[in-house]
Amino acid sequence: MENKTSLFEYAPAPESRSVVDIAPSYGLFIDGEFTDAADGKVFKTVSPSSEEVLAEVARAGAADVDRAVQAARRAFEKWSALPGSERAKYLFRIARIIQERSRELAVLETLDNGKPIKETRDADLPLVAAHFFYYAGWADKLDHAGYGANPRPLGVAGQVIPWNFPLLMLAWKIAPALATGNTVVLKPAETTPLSALFFADICRQAGLPKGVVNILPGYGDAGAELVSHPDVNKVAFTGSTAVGKAIARQVAGTDKKVTLELGGKGANIVFDDAPVDQAVEGIVNGIFFNQGQVCCAGSRLLVQESIHDELLDSLKRRLSTLRLGDPLDKNTDIGAINSAEQLARITALAETGEAEGAERWSPACELPSAGYWFAPTLFTNVTQAHTVARDEIFGPVLSVLTFRTPDEAVAKANNSQYGLSAGIWTEKGSRILAVAGKLRAGVVWANTFNKFDPTSPFGGYKESGFGREGGRHGLEGYLDV
Amino acid sequence: MSESSASRLNVFKTYKLYVGGKFPRSESGRVYEVSDTKGKWLANAPLSSRKDARDAVVAARKAFGGWSGATAYNRGQILYRIAEMLEGRRDQFVREVGEAEGLSKSKAGAVVDAAIDRWVWYAGWTDKIGQVVGGANPVAGPFFNLSTPEPTGVVTVVAPQDSSFLGLVSVIAPVIATGNTAVVIASEKAPLPALSLGEVLATSDLPGGVVNILSGKAAEMGPHLAAHQDVNAIDLAGAGAALAKELEIAAADNLKRVLRPQPVDDWSADPGTHRMTAFLETKTVWHPTGSLGASGSSY
Repeated sequence: MENKTSLFEYAPAPESRSVVDIAPSYGLFIDGEFTDAADGKVFKTVSPSSEEVLAEVARAGAADVDRAVQAARRAFEKWSALPGSERAKYLFRIARIIQERSRELAVLETLDNGKPIKETRDADLPLVAAHFFYYAGWADKLDHAGYGANPRPLGVAGQVIPWNFPLLMLAWKIAPALATGNTVVLKPAETTPLSALFFADICRQAGLPKGVVNILPGYGDAGAELVSHPDVNKVAFTGSTAVGKAIARQVAGTDKKVTLELGGKGANIVFDDAPVDQAVEGIVNGIFFNQGQVCCAGSRLLVQESIHDELLDSLKRRLSTLRLGDPLDKNTDIGAINSAEQLARITALAETGEAEGAERWSPACELPSAGYWFAPTLFTNVTQAHTVARDEIFGPVLSVLTFRTPDEAVAKANNSQYGLSAGIWTEKGSRILAVAGKLRAGVVWANTFNKFDPTSPFGGYKESGFGREGGRHGLEGYLDV
Repeated sequence: MSESSASRLNVFKTYKLYVGGKFPRSESGRVYEVSDTKGKWLANAPLSSRKDARDAVVAARKAFGGWSGATAYNRGQILYRIAEMLEGRRDQFVREVGEAEGLSKSKAGAVVDAAIDRWVWYAGWTDKIGQVVGGANPVAGPFFNLSTPEPTGVVTVVAPQDSSFLGLVSVIAPVIATGNTAVVIASEKAPLPALSLGEVLATSDLPGGVVNILSGKAAEMGPHLAAHQDVNAIDLAGAGAALAKELEIAAADNLKRVLRPQPVDDWSADPGTHRMTAFLETKTVWHPTGSLGASGSSY
């Protein structure tokens, strides 16, 4: 360390792409086979960090949805009749194969999604494997889950997942569905279909009976077909609140059981006694993890007025050290935005923030010339009326508000249509519990943020959706109880 | 030992104890003859002494901190690994169980399969038992109040005498799934599957000392282990009525948790949760929830 500036300079350290072999084209996975779409339609999936086309993928339409649901229906009878201990062993196999292939899947996910390899390698993939492991264990223990003796599966689950954690959201959907004896038709997002198709191959390796898992890459039209298919018994959706409301309308008057994991505008509340450095790390993790494309992101920072300036100085210093760039580089903190469409949405909302009078700040940050990128951004002087304090931006944009008393912090935190997550930073245990008790949010992190575990239920209050995924509670959405 | 059909003379295995992750002979230098159900000699097994039992307790105590402190997820992975390793040595155990219990190959096969699945069953329990038997308590006051199960410590297990392998696995797995460590006295007349299980455990990422397996006489070692001040609990599954009563009395000296022997017709039946809960403590944590006042509460 001869001079100070070298402290934060890093040589490139890219993870090798050679661990993953992406085919030029992929089909739909229906009844244990890869197949073209009935109408022959395809779409391209690109790497958001370079706009390179990764593969061409069959695009599911109504006829394909019907075929997949029929396959799942046929598979349901035998699958649901298997002893739980046998279903468990299939899921354990899947968990083990995911562990074995986790580096390959991490690189694939980073290529297709744009998030840093550090995150796919250290967060997404370990959580994916753990989720299958956890629900594998439930398959033969459902009598102990608190829903009475011999709870029964629902039937065919139609599942629609987002692009921000493609494989992890697949795991959250498929693992509990299979453990409880349901069969599955899953539609991954159109910008991130690849890891779900690799998962289809894992099902093959695990010897999973055909038709138990069907994967239909496609767009929103295929998702709408799936949700409204008359032979689907369970609808599970993770995505925007607007689509969630449309689904709620679509299933009205049916017997379909529904769980919805929707948007959020999480409040991260920092009290004046919080350790500043630790809080800054939590704030950064809360809003810049996965480029802020996280439904439970801590996108509203509520900081006690007396420490506002000190905290903001520290936060800005920390943001200046974040490394944005090649997602495959092992040192990268901030990767690419998932799509041009999402980049446009973030850009427009940030412009609205400025136009409404909030003060915008970003660290000096050079953006790559190709791909979809957005620099980490702070808004200060934000009021509760500002769009950037109300709308979910789903990007690396943090809105900073202040409060004076705990009552005011709680009132501001709860002043949102959403209620998914919140954070509390204070040294005082009783204050954590008092504030947590008043927050209308499904997950409250104290002196930490964005922690996930398969044993821990996750889901929202209010317009963040209903139902819980993960933990013992996550079984309920897939059981006839 | 099965006879080699070719002219080649096969190699016998020296059966040894499994203590602290190692395979010692009995410090006493004693062995006893183990025969199959028709009286044919199978092997000499170590006849463990009081000193061997005490060494096993030391090893189990030493392993307890790490094992109970491991995440439930980690323990589950290791228990599942045991199932994987056992599946790969299925043929060996089918032979040993068949010889030990006088079972046909297909019946012994069913027993071994059930034992493998039993590890899988408990692998899944490690991170669920706390959710099933623990929970938040709605006390009538401004307090957060949470009860969680914790392992009791070192558990002595007198393994079933008749079911030398499925019964053995069925009493060891629930003890260690929750984070306890075990000192196991194998079936006296059929100890070989238990001693071979030690070889599986040693290659399954299970930390040394979590399970310690002794062969010999329950009547000789049992009283020392039941009276041992550094043993927290005892499972009397394989003790006859008279020995069980004697050991329960000895166990009262430091109030060991005692699981009395229960008649088991069929070790392959759904094991339920009682073999886990028998060796769990419940810890309840209180914390004030305070008030939202501007200055906050005083604690």
